[in-house]
Amino acid sequence: MYELAVIGGGPAGLAAAFSAYQNGLKKIVIVERDRELGGILNQCIHNGFGLHRFKEELSGPEYAHRYIEMLNDTSVEVKLDTMVIEITPDKKIYTTNPSGYEMIEAESIVLAMGCRERTRGAISIPGTRPSGVFTAGAAQRYLNMEGLMAGSRVVILGSGDIGLIMARRMTLEGAKVLACVELMPYSGGLNRNIVQCLHDYNIPLYLSHTVTEIRGTKRLEGITVAKVDENRRPIPGTEMNFECDTLLLSVGLIPENELTRAAGIDMDARTNGSRVYENMETSIGGVFACGNAVHVHDLVDYVSDESARAGAAAAEYVKGVRHKSDCALFENGYAVTYTVPQKLHKDTKAEKIDLFFRVNKVFGKSRIIVSSGDKEIAGFKRQFMVPGEMQHIILPVDKLREFDSIKISAEGEEK
Amino acid sequence: MECGKMYDVSIIGCGITGSAIAYELSKRKLKCVVIEKENDVAMGATRANSAIIHAGYDPAEGTLMAKLNVRGAELCKELCEKLSVPYAQIGSLVLAFNNEEIQTVNMLYKRGVANGVKGLKILSYEETKAIEPNISKDVTASLYAPTAAVVNPWEYAVALAETAVVNGVEIILNSEVTGIRKSGDAFEITAGNKTIKTKYVINAAGVNADEVHDMALPHSFNIIPNKGAYYLLDKTEGKRVSHVVFQCPTKAGKGVLVAPTVHGNLIVGPNAIDSDLNDTSAKDTDLSFIRGTAVKSIPSVDFRANIRNFSGIRPNSDRDDFIIEANGGFFDVAGIKSPGLASAPGIAEYTVRLMEENGAYFELKENFINTREHVRFNTMSHEERAELVKKNPLYGRVICRCETVTEGEIIDAIHAPIPARTVDGVKRRCAAGLGRCQGGFCGPRVLEILARELKVPRESIEKDRAGSYIVRRRED
Repeated sequence: MYELAVIGGGPAGLAAAFSAYQNGLKKIVIVERDRELGGILNQCIHNGFGLHRFKEELSGPEYAHRYIEMLNDTSVEVKLDTMVIEITPDKKIYTTNPSGYEMIEAESIVLAMGCRERTRGAISIPGTRPSGVFTAGAAQRYLNMEGLMAGSRVVILGSGDIGLIMARRMTLEGAKVLACVELMPYSGGLNRNIVQCLHDYNIPLYLSHTVTEIRGTKRLEGITVAKVDENRRPIPGTEMNFECDTLLLSVGLIPENELTRAAGIDMDARTNGSRVYENMETSIGGVFACGNAVHVHDLVDYVSDESARAGAAAAEYVKGVRHKSDCALFENGYAVTYTVPQKLHKDTKAEKIDLFFRVNKVFGKSRIIVSSGDKEIAGFKRQFMVPGEMQHIILPVDKLREFDSIKISAEGEEK
Repeated sequence: MECGKMYDVSIIGCGITGSAIAYELSKRKLKCVVIEKENDVAMGATRANSAIIHAGYDPAEGTLMAKLNVRGAELCKELCEKLSVPYAQIGSLVLAFNNEEIQTVNMLYKRGVANGVKGLKILSYEETKAIEPNISKDVTASLYAPTAAVVNPWEYAVALAETAVVNGVEIILNSEVTGIRKSGDAFEITAGNKTIKTKYVINAAGVNADEVHDMALPHSFNIIPNKGAYYLLDKTEGKRVSHVVFQCPTKAGKGVLVAPTVHGNLIVGPNAIDSDLNDTSAKDTDLSFIRGTAVKSIPSVDFRANIRNFSGIRPNSDRDDFIIEANGGFFDVAGIKSPGLASAPGIAEYTVRLMEENGAYFELKENFINTREHVRFNTMSHEERAELVKKNPLYGRVICRCETVTEGEIIDAIHAPIPARTVDGVKRRCAAGLGRCQGGFCGPRVLEILARELKVPRESIEKDRAGSYIVRRRED
């Protein structure tokens, strides 16, 4: 019997396990399906990781390595090449690897499965089905982990960070990146990536455009791109043809929660992650969730912070700390897509909580308002807010306890 | 292949029809070859269709389609059990929305009874709603057919063809038939760079069957390729319906259906539109028509859960019935439109009988192997899995996360009697890459395993058809 089982050995799982260890747990196991720890960081060989967490700029593998080193001196056990098949509500975990199919039991569980990429099907791109259409992450894995190129004339659909990073990476490897095409009138990625990955290499970004046809019966031969109207429908007559052998899709990430759903844990339809309390506990006591399995983050540094809180809370749970059911709910107000956490234990001992959310509009000078009914609880000024960048506020718990429902909204100059 | 060898029977085309005939013939003492132009079997209509074993109330009384559909559906159930093919007899509903459609439902009922379909019932709105709660409130009645089933169509064809191979049938892939010459009592078939001598020819060439016919005989029918597009939705939508839900058929076909698949997804489609022979594109207009039509039956279908769109080409013909005819030693099995999948084993039985009536009689074997093993980790119990992994550790390593497919199963597919050679070939045999991430995670791993098992460089592995390369080596 373990005190804690961490499902997933990417950045979230590593940080949760280390934090649980620091908070006094000794019998911890990390179950990782890949052949090594680190998760998606292992294929992210670009820099820009760790500026917040380590105050220096690291590559993905370096960032993962920091945590792997920290864990080396601990009693944390690691099961690699091991897939979790099922988690039951009473915390039995069925796992499989070549040395055996087994059930392990744990007093607490941290769900840290990360996320997966949305595919061509998710956005129903019309056309034929040749090879040469990849998710950006799959092309990244081929290139950075296996030394294989996805293609030589490339169009990227979606301006999410992985797509932008791959535009630069494929260019550096000698491919011709013809365009980056974005459905929305704004980019889904970080501004620094637009500048460093597209502008610096003269790769055009077509905002409010989409791919309307894929051609080719064997390998991709070409695509059609059209401008879209305000309802995101293609406008006839605006079509442009690109001859290309590769289309990379960077059209969003979906938290991986098949195990979570099968265990019967409450989900949030907005995040596609589990609904969590301020300590990252899910609707099943002693089961916590963190990282991109809860909501898709922009920066790994924030994943580490959030996961450290989940690990610490798992340690508290194992030591016997239980919360009363009395809680406050966070609600999505004007221009707010989602809020994490979704719930607050009113009896929490924490003095303040971290609250994360995303807006669904582009704002200039603006305010974030925390309110309940007519009463404003707190306000935060912002110079700008965009959907591609997660918002973070810190709220004092004392000011929240009296409310059952707390709304987060945005207001200000909309662009 | 032996030079100058004479085959008894050559089957042109290895879709579900060719596979079923090969299976049926492999019960007999004969030399049989199947010639396929693609790099795998089940590459035409067989891999892109509704995956339904129709009960048999659609075809008009007295037609071959009526007879062979009912017989084929009966045989399908036994075959899937014997050959370990995913199959589920979930029943179907044809919904009526107005008085005119109630007439159609009544007509289908009578037709079904005449065709010998068992268990048909006409249900009221309330009765329909009771067994299919998500139907539209505009439904007025329905025809319930308990014998309708869903199947994995490409695995069905693979299983039949593999069993034929195990029993001595040869398969030649990547060989398009370009000429057929009568030579004495026999035929000489030119296929790719080979010449195949054979006493009898079976034309099961699907959408190309008219061209193949014309190579040997005077023109007698036209294939009219007709495209149908589909949505395949995530398993989160898989329980939206529990039966195959049709609307009333029209001249264009059986219309847009909503059905669970044997893998637990939801399939929605098809439309019907005359098309090019090779046009398997799904156009925006196809997709919006399907969405708009499907929600009339099941308003709550969530198309945001889509994981894949695809299109298939029906080999419709200018005749109303299947074309199964003898011309000397040349047998057409053509125009096998819907319900072709359901009819396949019936078609095979009928074709072999027709051959016998025309002098092509072959004695039955005593030692016909009529079973097929297929390890499927994700349908096993915890105990069975533990045993399996103990026996072979490779069944303990999950490669496809979405469908829980192990390395052992992928290796089985690569070394099967008709071996998987492409990433999609692996998918069709063991479901790796079939799920919600569509091979995003497992694609690179499957490619690596294929290259390792076949001892070839990874960049030579193809996704699907010949020429569909996936990656190139990075230049230093």
